[in-house]
Amino acid sequence: MLLIRCPYCEEDRPELEFRNAGEAHIARSANMAAISDDEFEKFFFIRTNPKGVIFERWRHVHGCGRFFNGARDTVTDRFLTVYKAGEPKPDLSTLASSAPAAYANRPPDQLNAKKTAAKRTATKKKGEA
Amino acid sequence: MTEPFRVTGTGRLTPARTARFTFDGKSFSGLQGDTLASALLANGVHLVGRSFKYHRPRGIVSAGAEEPNALVSIERDAARKTPNVRATVQELYDGLAANSQNRWPSLSFDIGAINDIASPFFSAGFYYKTFMWPKAAWKHLYEPKIRAAAGLGVAPDQPDPDHYASRFAHCEVLVLGGGAAGIAAALAAAETGVRVILADEQAEFGGALRFESGARIDGQDGWAWTLASIAKLAAMDNVQLLSRTTAFGYYAQNFVGLTERVTDHLANPGNEQPRERLWQVRAKKVVLATGAIERHMVFADNDRPGVMLAAAARTYLNHHGVAVGRNVGVYTAGDSAYAAAIDLKKAGVSIATIVDLRDNPTGPLVDEARALGIEINHGRAVVKARGKLRVSSIVVQPKNGGAQRTIPVDALITSAGWTPSVHLFSQSRGKVAFDTATRRFLPGVYAQDCMSVGACNGTDGLEMVLDEGYAAGSAAARDAGGRAARGGAKPKADAGEGWTGGMLGSAPGAGAGTTVKAFVDFQNDVTAKDIRQAVQEGMRSIEHVKRFTTNGMATDQGKTSNMHGLAIAAEMLGKEIPEVGLTTFRAPYTPVTFGAIVNHARGPLFDPTRKTAMHGWAAAHGAVFEDVGQWKRAWYFPRAGEDMHAAVNRECMTVRTSAGLFDASTLGKIEVVGPDAAKFMELLYTNPWEKLEPGRCRYGIMLREDGFIYDDGVVGRLAPDRFHVTTTTGGAARVMNMMEDYLQTEFPHLNVWLTSISEQWAVIAVQGPKSRDIIAPLVEGIDISDEAMPHMSVREGKICGVPTRLFRMSFTGDRGFEVNVPADYGQAVWEALWAEGQKHGACAYGTEAMHILRAEKGYIIVGQDTDGTVTPNDAGLDWAVGKKKADFVGIRGLTRPDLVAAGRKQLVGLKTTDPSTVLEEGAQIVANPTQPIPMTMIGHVTSSYWSHNCGRSIAMGLVVDGRSRMGETLFVPMPSGAIEVEICSPVFFDEKGGRLNG
Repeated sequence: MLLIRCPYCEEDRPELEFRNAGEAHIARSANMAAISDDEFEKFFFIRTNPKGVIFERWRHVHGCGRFFNGARDTVTDRFLTVYKAGEPKPDLSTLASSAPAAYANRPPDQLNAKKTAAKRTATKKKGEA
Repeated sequence: MTEPFRVTGTGRLTPARTARFTFDGKSFSGLQGDTLASALLANGVHLVGRSFKYHRPRGIVSAGAEEPNALVSIERDAARKTPNVRATVQELYDGLAANSQNRWPSLSFDIGAINDIASPFFSAGFYYKTFMWPKAAWKHLYEPKIRAAAGLGVAPDQPDPDHYASRFAHCEVLVLGGGAAGIAAALAAAETGVRVILADEQAEFGGALRFESGARIDGQDGWAWTLASIAKLAAMDNVQLLSRTTAFGYYAQNFVGLTERVTDHLANPGNEQPRERLWQVRAKKVVLATGAIERHMVFADNDRPGVMLAAAARTYLNHHGVAVGRNVGVYTAGDSAYAAAIDLKKAGVSIATIVDLRDNPTGPLVDEARALGIEINHGRAVVKARGKLRVSSIVVQPKNGGAQRTIPVDALITSAGWTPSVHLFSQSRGKVAFDTATRRFLPGVYAQDCMSVGACNGTDGLEMVLDEGYAAGSAAARDAGGRAARGGAKPKADAGEGWTGGMLGSAPGAGAGTTVKAFVDFQNDVTAKDIRQAVQEGMRSIEHVKRFTTNGMATDQGKTSNMHGLAIAAEMLGKEIPEVGLTTFRAPYTPVTFGAIVNHARGPLFDPTRKTAMHGWAAAHGAVFEDVGQWKRAWYFPRAGEDMHAAVNRECMTVRTSAGLFDASTLGKIEVVGPDAAKFMELLYTNPWEKLEPGRCRYGIMLREDGFIYDDGVVGRLAPDRFHVTTTTGGAARVMNMMEDYLQTEFPHLNVWLTSISEQWAVIAVQGPKSRDIIAPLVEGIDISDEAMPHMSVREGKICGVPTRLFRMSFTGDRGFEVNVPADYGQAVWEALWAEGQKHGACAYGTEAMHILRAEKGYIIVGQDTDGTVTPNDAGLDWAVGKKKADFVGIRGLTRPDLVAAGRKQLVGLKTTDPSTVLEEGAQIVANPTQPIPMTMIGHVTSSYWSHNCGRSIAMGLVVDGRSRMGETLFVPMPSGAIEVEICSPVFFDEKGGRLNG
């Protein structure tokens, strides 16, 4: 279950309180009746479905009830940012990387850089003494 | 002595605290603190089950959650029968009753063992290849037979009488695994004052310290340090200790699922406690200290009861005080089995031999074993285990071939090395990396805020394990906001054990070209030969090998077998292990009961039940209810002697001759308020609203942008800036959501507020010629004459002294009112109306009559007569679409080419030629019933009823070009023959509509 930050409540809340509402930044034409079939197709049917960052709408349906937007990495499920409805699409280059958390990462070649067998044996001997 | 294999002076259990139990009906005695496995072993019982496919006799392999073999059924009572319980996990309690599985007629003589003799026919992929023909036989013959012969325990056949609890928890540091590394991490984190949860799947914390006799920490024995550390943690307010708790799933953003087994170890659980508790923990930091699992040696007949893991034998000795045999053989590819041999020897158990694959093993443990006089056969392999129901001897041979020697044993303990438990790390979406030096997969790239410490991180040696655990615990706590540690001291290992080395894959004698049964996966009966065969038959990816052989697919998920299987496949493919790849680790780590997952959400608590304000009255008056979403709605009100048909006929007739009362409270209701309310309504509904006068109502249709009908309902304008909108019962929430969506995101410039008022107003529909007479005496302040309050109008006033929004509207086609009153007064007003109605011969009617009455008039129900592909024009509702409007939701969709093309299905009435035939709803409609199958279907029946008022059946359907087919005869093909129908207007009753004012 994801933790999602509501930009209106300014709190991280569990996914249970939210409902996804599809891709964001697909504006309804101000002159809807006049748009062409192609424009309608793009507006209603065509979605990006990216592997990577998606801009999508969420509603804090069991909270404040507001719709807002978020940028989420569909590979890691990590939210890069959330912002209020009507605010411009954020510039991805200014956001934190969506790469895995750097918290515990060590290069694989350093994974087993442990003490030598000799030292381990020494420890054991000391205990037996 | 009742327990011949209990070794006095060893173990940590109290001899006086006995517990009696039965296995397959035979009585035994064990000690409290035993597992079922250790208690059986104390009684010399190794044979505990039959294998899945070959029905081979099987014994206890491990001392923990990884157990593949020792699966038993535990029966507390008739309803509490738990199959496939691992005997190595089940704690003993007084009175425990266990039974072996998958055997008939008995464990020691099992007819199904014929499969073992016939095993050449049962090799990998056998099912896919053998039972291909004839096709029908698979379903009726092969599959039922195979399912009966294979398989494990039997599922309980009664509802689970236990209850299960659920708890959400938050902490800064969640430590998974309570061995040395986990305890050190928890101590370090706890000292900073942050909230710490330490969970371990065992009954007691300690992990490998339960068996590592050589461990000394902070000047004391490793076990004493464990007890002292756990006592210290238990005394801290910020620490939650969870023993008997398995972390089974690691989900996004450090969300971890754990199950705590609360009562499975108790003799008399009582009803107060839940059987299990599901913990859903959100942690800022997770420390994975999940340890490592020992692998068995893969050689011929390595599944004989009595052949088990070395560390398991050591646990049974050092923790439970049980010797796994009197004359134990050892087969190893590394050091750790020596420690087991030494502990057993010191406890007085004869060690028949240590067979070590290594050519020239050296080191203090080898020296110590020699000093104790244990024979070491190095550079040799065990090529066969003899004995059927229990291992009786082993055949030893130089690993490159040569003379064989048979050595009698009554147990054989083996170790092929240790596999770090990276399951949870992998579940967290971390990427494992193969460490070529030690030939094991270790945590590589992390995906979440966690760190691995100890054996699961490939850290060998107690001193380093403690260092790493303590460092990780303090770093995690610090990063999660902990204060500087106070009073704590890093635990220091004075002596410890650490195991590297070992081997992967099949041992000599079971290599390529051999046909022996050298088991890789005990639980699914997969041998080394099966895996080679899978490669020979073209499987290249380990994921394919796994599915073809079922290696690692049993309930133990290959905890002991995956690495062996991978190594054998890699060898056959001539590739390195990382090139072949590791199968994906998925939740759950060990099986989780349905009870823990379902938890309280069962029976009446499965889903909320919604009842209207008048529910009690309806129940008291004999209503039969139907479920409509979460609502309980009165379906019909049978009188004495009436069946449903008679009751519904009477209700339909009474409404049209006198009147009926109907509970319409479940309709969705939304108040649209604000200076721009009319503009908003113009955009959300197809109809024009600006010119609707306050006090008047209109039937509104809401579309989606694609032009299809989404919802409908009557809307009353209470004031220039206030609309009372009704929706379908099922559409209430989604219509509100759609309105909010447009208001917040597309039309935020509109000054409008939306409020759900569905539950604020109870609605009593009073319908029929006498409806006005019934409400008249009770209404105050509203002129309800036809002149003052015509059809489709709304007034505010009082009824029975309480506020009302009184609608003059009809969903029956007869004169009707809908009385909205605050929900708290719903039943009182209903009772008053009922009393008035009685004077006029009115009845209460339910949803069935409501459906029929509306169908007689051709009124649609969205979701029944429409299905998300129906436009207003299709439904004959073009009149409700404002032709002069510049915009509304769906305006562009309506002009899409397919929606304006000819040949769309249109809603029409259907009259069966035989008036007594009632069509099936959903039945297909064809033009020519004699055409070959598959027929060309040109429509389907959407609504169909017996209409008492019309004296015949009536139906509606969607038919291609239906409105131009009036009078045409079509057919509804049914199994009993085609039914002839005539296309007609969907209005069957009072076509001119005069009764609305009748």
